[in-house]
Amino acid sequence: MKIVALCGVGIGTSAILKVNAERALARLEIEADVTATDVAGVQKVGFDAQVILTSSELVDAIGKTNADVIVIENYFDVDELVAKLETALG
Amino acid sequence: MPLPPLPTDAIAIGVHVDDWRGAVSAAGDALERSGSTSHEYTKRMIGVIDEFGAYVVIAPGLALAHARPGPDVHTEGLSVVTLAEPVAFGHPHNDPVSVVLGLAVTSGDEHVLLVAELANVFNDPHVIPALAAASDVDSIRALLGVTAPAEEL
Repeated sequence: MKIVALCGVGIGTSAILKVNAERALARLEIEADVTATDVAGVQKVGFDAQVILTSSELVDAIGKTNADVIVIENYFDVDELVAKLETALG
Repeated sequence: MPLPPLPTDAIAIGVHVDDWRGAVSAAGDALERSGSTSHEYTKRMIGVIDEFGAYVVIAPGLALAHARPGPDVHTEGLSVVTLAEPVAFGHPHNDPVSVVLGLAVTSGDEHVLLVAELANVFNDPHVIPALAAASDVDSIRALLGVTAPAEEL
């Protein structure tokens, strides 16, 4: 399974989201690759992704996608990530 | 892996700003003072928010100001600014912001360990309000689990 963590410039915030998404997936015992990317790359990187994780601010920038787009409010809250990933993937 | 040492120049406590631009500028000023970046990088951090919105407010009360690597980044760096009065960035859930981190990296890959450690520190939800309330640089360093650089000891 492929999950994309999206931020505006592809460093910093998306990397934090990636690290904490991997922690959430480990807790859920789900195997997945999490890739950090930026707005410019999301169509290319995300075309075969099941899930795109991002901030509400960036949802419109994703464009057309078949992936489930999950909006994360607190990037440091692994419990929020676990709950939202479980709903999307369960 | 702990975060790298945090110079006093990279910390600013109780800064007065009018708006989010002032808050990001303060984080950029601290990166410039500590020798990590030049002023162009500060302008680019503001430009990221102008372009993409307030997504850099990644947790309640906390903004992670950053831009892409570039020639205006001399060394990887982190700065910590706390605001005297919190300001709104325009985020639907996490406003107002009272702590701004400035992050500068020289390549897209090398920052991963630094960011993973930041995630470790901030997985504790008490850290953001404690940083906002801290009154001296040693308290800030203790909350982040970092030391001062050797030349300051």
